[in-house]
Amino acid sequence: MSSAVADQTNTRIGTRITIRQATAEPLWLKVLLTTLALGFLTLFLLLPLVIVFGEAFAKGWQVYVASITEPAAAHAIKLTLLAAAIAVPCNVIFGLGASWAIAKFQFRGKQLLITLIDLPIAVSPVIAGLCFMLLFGARGWWGEWLNDHDFAVMFAVPGIVLATIFITFPFVARELIPLMQEQGREQEEAALTLGASGWQTFRLVTLPSIKWALLYGIILCNARAMGEFGAVSVVSGKIREQTNTMPLHIEILYNEYQFAAAFAVSSLLALLALLTLVLKSTLQWRAAKDYEEAAKLRAVE
Amino acid sequence: MGFILAFFSKRKKSVLPGFGLSMGFSIFYLSLIVFLPLSALVLKTFELSLDEFWQVVASERAIASYRLTFGASFVAASINLVFGLLVAWVLVRYSFPGKKVIDALVDLPFALPTAVAGIALTALYAPNGWIGQFFHAAGIKVAYSAFGVTLALVFIGLPFVVRTVQPVLEDVEKELEEAAASLGASRLQTFARVIFPALLPSLLTGFALAFARAIGEYGSVVFISGNMPFKTEITPLLIMTRLEQFDYAGAAALGTVMLLISFLLLLLINLLQHWSNHRHGGAK
Repeated sequence: MSSAVADQTNTRIGTRITIRQATAEPLWLKVLLTTLALGFLTLFLLLPLVIVFGEAFAKGWQVYVASITEPAAAHAIKLTLLAAAIAVPCNVIFGLGASWAIAKFQFRGKQLLITLIDLPIAVSPVIAGLCFMLLFGARGWWGEWLNDHDFAVMFAVPGIVLATIFITFPFVARELIPLMQEQGREQEEAALTLGASGWQTFRLVTLPSIKWALLYGIILCNARAMGEFGAVSVVSGKIREQTNTMPLHIEILYNEYQFAAAFAVSSLLALLALLTLVLKSTLQWRAAKDYEEAAKLRAVE
Repeated sequence: MGFILAFFSKRKKSVLPGFGLSMGFSIFYLSLIVFLPLSALVLKTFELSLDEFWQVVASERAIASYRLTFGASFVAASINLVFGLLVAWVLVRYSFPGKKVIDALVDLPFALPTAVAGIALTALYAPNGWIGQFFHAAGIKVAYSAFGVTLALVFIGLPFVVRTVQPVLEDVEKELEEAAASLGASRLQTFARVIFPALLPSLLTGFALAFARAIGEYGSVVFISGNMPFKTEITPLLIMTRLEQFDYAGAAALGTVMLLISFLLLLLINLLQHWSNHRHGGAK
């Protein structure tokens, strides 16, 4: 083996041109790999995004504006915003509570609890919708009772909100748990020793240190809440101007061959997705900056 | 629920307050939103006799749907395994203009609603679509076939492998590669013997995550699949069909089978992640 190394060194010294770091690939391979990766991403990410906007404006501005302002579309947008406005805060409160319990205390079955919190991610949205149907549907557990009391959950707004909460359930908790586990308990313990109350400790010590992860969890949760399709499609009944959310409205338009209108409404959700990605990158950048500053402070001390 | 709370409340003493409140609320909320609905599903399945259950979950149509769902998910996750590693490699090791934008764009499938992805991919791959026309000319049917289903599932699972491999690849120590090179290993040998083994746990985790996500996927697939029974009908769609026929018990039986598989996959993923963290932490 030593002779091989020597040979390699000799040729290198001899020709000079072939010198490159032993831990880097030749240029042609770099270019090839980069082209392949970018080609794959263009095919699967860029083109779908481009076609949404292309098709949305295929019939001109007027059709686009009309498609997103007509009463059925406007109602769908309102309902989507309403469902997210209820579902996201619920999951934020849960995420904060669950991550506090999991990260700050030692208890039996912690790993099991974390797995259970992840469960809704692995459950098919259709199955999630089906579960709520079995509870609240006309022939479900509480269907008769709800019917007698004239309160509709299925094919009504409460069902849509519940399905959305189920689907977006883990997103805030998942962002907070690993971060808070890494941060440990010393800061909070110090605050308590200095006489802060429990709430003060949470508000003034814990919250500032998790704010970027919390915000990231919220925007991700929001994006999923507004875009949920499968679960909501089971429980909504798809009644126009009553229980139609934006993704369901897109499906109806598409099945009626109103492609320009379907893509116009889609473009709003695509914009939301792009905004989510921009916010995500910004938050990650801010979090990295804070982390660096904290490291510098520690180094000075 | 009291039982669940009692199980989790055995703990070590701590000076921090709020365990009772945060734990109690978490368990209450988890039970209400997740346990209760899922137990309704499982209990509904028990309304069927074993014979009836078997007739539903092992019917020819159901088996055809499993074959498509699991087959297409497996192929899609495999494609993501290869290209996910490639994308992660290029993003970590090379620099090119627009890299930050591309990096951010990898998360698009997490943020883009599945229905939007579904109609966009269908428009692209339909026989008269931008890409579909070329396949159409070559006599290959993309949209409304198993091929189309697989493409949609590749889109849905794309970020998983990239995002699990990327941080591990960033942490692979340059010194190890230098040592391998100085001992006479070629670049390919270094990759195969030094870098790849370090990445393996995270690659498998990403694969399992993409696979698990693909199995349950509904929104993006219904548009591109064409939904023909026995041919392009995925299991979640079959559940939907049963529901529309008011066959709740049948839908629940299929749902329970899928739930069980999802739960097993989730356990597997947790084990893999544990292994991955262990490996990853041990290397430092």
